[in-house]
Amino acid sequence: METFLQVLIDGMLSGMLYALVAAGLCLIWGVMDVINFAHGEYLMVAMYVSYWLGFLLNIDPLVSTIAAGAFIFLLGALTYKLIIRFTIGKPGLVALLATFGLAVLIKNLCMNQFSPNFRIISNTWLGGKTIHLGGLIIAVPQLTAGILALVVIGILYWLVNNTRFGWAVQATAMDRDAAELVGINTDRIYVLVFGIGGACVGIGGGIMPSYLAVHPEVGSMFGLIAFVCVAMGGFGSIPGALLSGLLVGVVEALAGFYIAPVFKYIAVFGLYLAVIFIRPKGIFGW
Amino acid sequence: MAPLIDPILTVSDLHAGYDGAPVVFGVSLQVMPGELVAIVGANGAGKTTTMRSICGLIHPLKGRILFEGHDISEMPAHEILKLGISYVPEGRRIFGKLSVRKNLYLGAYTEKSHIEVKRRMEELFEIFPVLRARANQVAETLSGGEQQMLAIARGLISKPKLLMLDEMSLGLMPTMVEKMMATITSINRAGATVLLVEQMVQEALEIAHRGYVIQNGKIIQQGSASQLMDSEEVRKAYLGM
Repeated sequence: METFLQVLIDGMLSGMLYALVAAGLCLIWGVMDVINFAHGEYLMVAMYVSYWLGFLLNIDPLVSTIAAGAFIFLLGALTYKLIIRFTIGKPGLVALLATFGLAVLIKNLCMNQFSPNFRIISNTWLGGKTIHLGGLIIAVPQLTAGILALVVIGILYWLVNNTRFGWAVQATAMDRDAAELVGINTDRIYVLVFGIGGACVGIGGGIMPSYLAVHPEVGSMFGLIAFVCVAMGGFGSIPGALLSGLLVGVVEALAGFYIAPVFKYIAVFGLYLAVIFIRPKGIFGW
Repeated sequence: MAPLIDPILTVSDLHAGYDGAPVVFGVSLQVMPGELVAIVGANGAGKTTTMRSICGLIHPLKGRILFEGHDISEMPAHEILKLGISYVPEGRRIFGKLSVRKNLYLGAYTEKSHIEVKRRMEELFEIFPVLRARANQVAETLSGGEQQMLAIARGLISKPKLLMLDEMSLGLMPTMVEKMMATITSINRAGATVLLVEQMVQEALEIAHRGYVIQNGKIIQQGSASQLMDSEEVRKAYLGM
C-alpha cells in the first residue's frame, strides 16, 4: 500500500507540471484554434534560460523561473506577431505547419548552440532535499514545482473567468467579429494569449532544471503529452487540462512502476484513445 | 441653401464585397443626427455588406465612409466603436456561453469606470426588464426575443452616437417584432441616431423618418418613409400590394 501511495504521489507531482504545460497550450488552442507545435520547444528554451542563469550567474531555478516565464511570454508574443498573425483565417494546417517549422528551427538552433549534451545545475536550493511522511518520501524540488504549477493554473483560471480581460478572451474565442464590435482589440488579445500561454510553459520549464537535465530533445515528449492533456480535457478547458494532466501523470507512474518503464507511454496514449473514443470532445469539451 | 447640420454618417460611392468580389456597387447614403433611417431590400441585396463596411468588419474596395467628418473607411471595427458607432449584427451574435451580465459588461468594454457601467446597466434594465431577471443566466439559454433584446442592450451600453441594427426581426414572432420596433422608436426618441436594415420593409418604414431601397447592390430609391410607402414600385416589390 505504501509503495502504491508513493507511486501515486510521484505521478501526481509530475501530472501537475504536465497540467501547467497543457494549460498554456489549451489557452492558445481554445482561443485561437491554433495548434502550437512549438509548445514543447518553448519548454526546452525555458529550461535553457533557467540553466544558463544558474550556470553563469548562479541564480537558482526557483528565481529564474520568473525570468523564464517572462522570456517565453515574449517568445510567444513574437511568434504570434511574426508568424501566426499571417495564418489567421487560413486553413488550420497552415498554422500547424508554421509552428512545426518553428519547432524544428528552435530545436536545431539549440542543438547547434548548446550541443546535444545533457546539462544539469548542481547545488540548487532544493536539490536532493526530501520530506519524509511516515514511509513516504516526497522530493522537495518536484513538490515545489507541483505547487507552483497549481498556483499558476489557479491564477490563469481566475484571470480567464473573473476579469474583464478574461471575459474579452472568452468573447474573442467565441466570436471574433462580435468581440471587435464591442470594442475589443482582438489582435492584442491574440498577442497576449500567445504570450500568456507561453509564460505558463515558461514557468513550468524554468523550475524543472532543479531536478531534470536540459537537452534539446527534452521538450518533445512534454509537448506531445500536453496535446494529449488538452485533447483529453476538452479544447479550451483549463480544469480539463488540470484533470487530464493529473490523470496522465498518475497513469504514467503506475504503468511505469507496476508493468514496465517502457510501458508507461503505451498506457498514457492508450488512456487518451479510450477517453477520446468515449467522449470525442474531451472530458470537459463543449 | 446648404443644410445647417452636418450629417453624422456619409457613405459615398461604396463598393464592397468579399475576397475582392464586390456585392455592393456605388452605394451612397447619409444619416443626419437624431434620425431613424431604414435601408430596406430583399435578401442578398447588399444591406448587410453595407453595414459591415460602415462598422469596419470589412473594408471598402472603393469609396469613402465619413463619420462626424472622420474618414473611417480603413479603420478596424474596435476603433470605430470608440468613435461612437455600435453595430448589432444579423443573427444577434451574443456571447452564448457567458451570462447576460457579462455580455453587457463586454458591451461596455471601452468604458473603464465600473460605476458608470453599472449605472448604464441599470438604465438598460429599465428598458428591458426581462434582462434584469435573467442577468445571471447563460445567454444561449434565453429565448430568441430575449437574445435580441440582449443584443440591442449590448449595442446600446457603449452609449453610441449611431446605433446600427441589422435584421432585428429575423426569426422573431410578429408580436415580438412589433415590440422591438416600438423599442427602437423610443430609443430614437430618447436621442440616439439609428440606422436600421430590414427585410420586413413595411414594419421598418412605419417607424423610420427616411429610407433607402437597395437592390442588387445599388440604391434604387430613397426618400422619406411615407414617400417610399406610397411609391408604386416599393408597394409592388416589397409590400405585396
